[in-house]
Amino acid sequence: MLDDFMVRAALAGVGIGATSAPLGCFVVWRRMAYFGEATAHAAVLGVALALALSSPVLPAVILASLAMASAVTLLRGHGYAMDTLLGVMAHTALAAGMVAVSLISDARLDLMAFLFGDILAVSRSDLLVIWGGGATVLGLIAWQWSNLLISTLNPDLARAAGVDPRKAEIWLTLALALVVAVAIKVVGVLLIAAMLVIPAAAARPLAKTPEEMAAGAALIGGFSALSGLYAAYILDTPAGPSIVCAASLVFVVTTTVRALKARKTPRI
Amino acid sequence: MKSPVITAQDLSVRVDGREILHKVSMAVQPAEIVTIVGPNGSGKSTFLRALIGAVPLASGRVERAPGLRIGYVPQKLALDSALPITVRRFLSLPRRISDDRVTDAMSRAGVPGLESRQMTDLSGGQFQRVLLARAILERPQLLLLDEATQGLDQPGAAAFYQRIEEVRRDLGCAVVMVSHDLHVVMAASDRVLCLNGHICCEGAPEVVADAPEYRALFGTGTKGTLALYRHQHSHRHDADCEHDHSHGAD
Repeated sequence: MLDDFMVRAALAGVGIGATSAPLGCFVVWRRMAYFGEATAHAAVLGVALALALSSPVLPAVILASLAMASAVTLLRGHGYAMDTLLGVMAHTALAAGMVAVSLISDARLDLMAFLFGDILAVSRSDLLVIWGGGATVLGLIAWQWSNLLISTLNPDLARAAGVDPRKAEIWLTLALALVVAVAIKVVGVLLIAAMLVIPAAAARPLAKTPEEMAAGAALIGGFSALSGLYAAYILDTPAGPSIVCAASLVFVVTTTVRALKARKTPRI
Repeated sequence: MKSPVITAQDLSVRVDGREILHKVSMAVQPAEIVTIVGPNGSGKSTFLRALIGAVPLASGRVERAPGLRIGYVPQKLALDSALPITVRRFLSLPRRISDDRVTDAMSRAGVPGLESRQMTDLSGGQFQRVLLARAILERPQLLLLDEATQGLDQPGAAAFYQRIEEVRRDLGCAVVMVSHDLHVVMAASDRVLCLNGHICCEGAPEVVADAPEYRALFGTGTKGTLALYRHQHSHRHDADCEHDHSHGAD
């Protein structure tokens, strides 16, 4: 069964959709959308690094993403205007990465595959990386769930309850770098941030608790992957962007339903 | 005298190279209500945050009684509407709390029955009371309140302080609070601490209200503060305070 490329693509898509989405909830709650973007864009630098050293891509990408995430985390709270700074760093990483790749690369490397993903070319070992990485990320998030949640609500409340918000932040950063690294193959560097943010935002109107939102986001992420892939097959469109479009459609539907409901029953 | 629940010794805090707190020392006795007053930017919130260990100390130390349970109500808690959370779930973080405890704390805080509501749907007064309920869930020996009545109108604030006194009476916890509602707070306190980077003066509310350092900071007629206190001495500035008593800009 795994011999069929569509089956492998579907498994990869569901794996990424279902793991990036719960993590994406924290990205949304902590208003880190740009942070996710910067981390993802740094992955291109990782690709360049791997090419320069002729080393495997995955560890280099994890390293670059972690470095970017740590740099941003360190700079935060030192009086920089984060909005601008993140914009500068995210796009610099992307541009510098692409320049570096084109300088180093031999003709065989397909830069487009890194930018937009190449889900139809997912191999068995890629699947192993995606599901292994995904399981690690979900495990990390589940283990740190309460600590992350209280630190997200208010760092001082976390302190008073004996939780170190900085530690929780480090785990979150690590999980983010991991997701970025394993998701490159599926949606590409440019659209990873979308798979973090959109399913989480789509799940928001349906949820009453953080747990419901994370579970809903995972379901929506998985569903978007499958339906996007199907649409790409039928319409002959690129797979990664089709998956993101599917997630956006779910977002439009849940948000509209919520707005209509709110109009019928005014909130007290 | 019983041993204090928490002691700050020569505590100094620097933020971005600027000294916010300079050698602040104080001890809180069990079941005592201590109020910290001071102008904006005087380091009141920083002091409370230093007590819970949220800011690094430049020097000095904080000693807690062994196994001290602290309840904390922060100054501002801006919940993002992107994060759905019910009151019940909010109270069960980071540790699971039994239904009985939640029910008890909610009724003590004066907001019984709101468990299934969304935090973002609460009114300002309800929200503050839920924060109070959260702070007293684990029966703290020390309750720290950082301008807990912000955004409440005066009757709301007065009712809130009444709750605090009841909580102190029932749970026997010490209370340290920062407040701007000078007259209400001072009437409810055992001890007032006037802070402006360092401790300007401290003592029973009547004593502090009469202290020249306090008057230099707050004047004699601010917000009717001194209506509580009958005799007003003529305004004077003493020289035993080495720094400028201007209203801090923040």
